[in-house]
Amino acid sequence: MNLGAGTESAFVTDAAFWVIAASIIVSSIAVVHVRDIFRAALFLVVVFVGTAGLFVLLRAEFLAVVQIIIYVGAISVVILFAILMTQDTEQGSPPNRLRYPVGIMAILLGAAVVFTTLNTDWIEFADVLPSVSDGAASDTLTVETAQKVDEVYRNTIPKIAGFLLRDYVLAFEAVSLLLLAAIVGALVLVKER
Amino acid sequence: MSLENFLILGAALFSIGLYGALSKRNAIAVLISIELMFNAVNITAVALSRYVVPASLANSPSAASDEVVRLLLTGQVFTIFIITVAAAEIALGVAIVIAMYRNRETVFVTDASQMRH
Repeated sequence: MNLGAGTESAFVTDAAFWVIAASIIVSSIAVVHVRDIFRAALFLVVVFVGTAGLFVLLRAEFLAVVQIIIYVGAISVVILFAILMTQDTEQGSPPNRLRYPVGIMAILLGAAVVFTTLNTDWIEFADVLPSVSDGAASDTLTVETAQKVDEVYRNTIPKIAGFLLRDYVLAFEAVSLLLLAAIVGALVLVKER
Repeated sequence: MSLENFLILGAALFSIGLYGALSKRNAIAVLISIELMFNAVNITAVALSRYVVPASLANSPSAASDEVVRLLLTGQVFTIFIITVAAAEIALGVAIVIAMYRNRETVFVTDASQMRH
């Protein structure tokens, strides 16, 4: 039993994951490598859409929709507008003097995170699921719990709403204040003097 | 498709974004790279909350109430907050870049080393 999985086959989800992962990595390298800043922003849209696809694979459909609306619909358009309003096409997006040391540093950081990931003993759901044949052992989830976990992923939006408006309501209000402050600040900054 | 795949993908995306954010001269390219890093963190948070068993559930697997099981969605809620902060950040960042372009006729961070205008 695969917790929270729908009726899709494992092969299809695996293939989808690898296709999306490859396109995300290639597009993100293109984002930092292409000299034309406008094309870099278009490759960024590919990364955003791929991330939405990964959210669907992770059973976070609500986040996938939010990702499409906010990142692809709003943030990309704001970035493209900024490029058009400040365009220095012939100058493009050249690297600064720190290019090689920063590249080495980024590779080292990525290697450290990958090393930590592979050497950490994650307690995953696949390890503690009750096996069908011999019932639930003492250190595994009971069948009832597994069904509850399965149920959570069948209908996530009401539970996310409960989090936002009950458990994290203070953070929710703080974030709305932050958005208001950001809007006012942006308007003040770009106002014609 | 396992937890490690998602975490390694997130690490690679974060490293690429870090490289772009620190090595670009165009301020908009820096903002774009920061968005890449936000995306990497989002993928990591959602993947962790999808695959990893919470300690309270792993220690007492039989006593899982609906409250505890509900905590599985914490990563998704965090991601919503990250997306909100990213939206605020990009709005302010683009406003600063446009103000800088208006005052100095440049979008290169290397040419904007003074705060006065």
